[in-house]
Amino acid sequence: MAEFDEQVDATGLNCPMPILRAKKALNGLHTGQRLQVIATDPGSVRDFEAFARQTGHALEQSAEDNGTFRFLIRKA
Amino acid sequence: MSEPKKLAIIATKGSLDWAYPPFILASTAAALGYEVRIFFTFYGLQLLRKNPDLQVTPLGNPGMPMPMGMDKWFPVLGTALPGMQKLMTAMMKKKMRDKGVVDLLELRELTREAGAKLIACQMTVDLFDFDKDDFIADTEIGGAATFLEFAGQADISLFI
Repeated sequence: MAEFDEQVDATGLNCPMPILRAKKALNGLHTGQRLQVIATDPGSVRDFEAFARQTGHALEQSAEDNGTFRFLIRKA
Repeated sequence: MSEPKKLAIIATKGSLDWAYPPFILASTAAALGYEVRIFFTFYGLQLLRKNPDLQVTPLGNPGMPMPMGMDKWFPVLGTALPGMQKLMTAMMKKKMRDKGVVDLLELRELTREAGAKLIACQMTVDLFDFDKDDFIADTEIGGAATFLEFAGQADISLFI
């Protein structure tokens, strides 16, 4: 499993909360640091791709395991 | 950095269900770096009140799914029964909690925290005898020209 500096657990939360929680956590990180987000909202897969494209943060990993999604975002 | 994108929203509805779209889009846009302003007018002003009592109604809303197949066998008039709105609101709130939909007031606070500007329409504030103190902190008051000045430069303008 990849290393990360901080984690947001958005399990059970629906749109737009995973993105909002992630954004808040990213605010507290330095450039190059990594945030891991855990979510169960299936819509979050496309949403984190769109989030990364629009904010410039790098979505380094997007994985699913049994209904749980894991995203690794490197702060720009 | 380049000029941020801008999102302008007019929020005109004062029910619990219709309260979500403006705040979901505004908070997400702010998270994406947009400059956001929501202009609340007519019944949308309810969304700015300090302790709003927002409800959903099945009345005149044929698209609203009802529990236990009620929409199939319940006469349309039944949706106008006393207490039906309270019942549907309670059921909607429970369903939202069960599905992990964020509480509206929490979403509103997140929207505000993210820097979205909330503007109450002056004319309708006067029309309904509201006072600035009825609304949450940081609410600004403005007229149509105030909105259009911002919307004229906005990348997205929505009427909700």
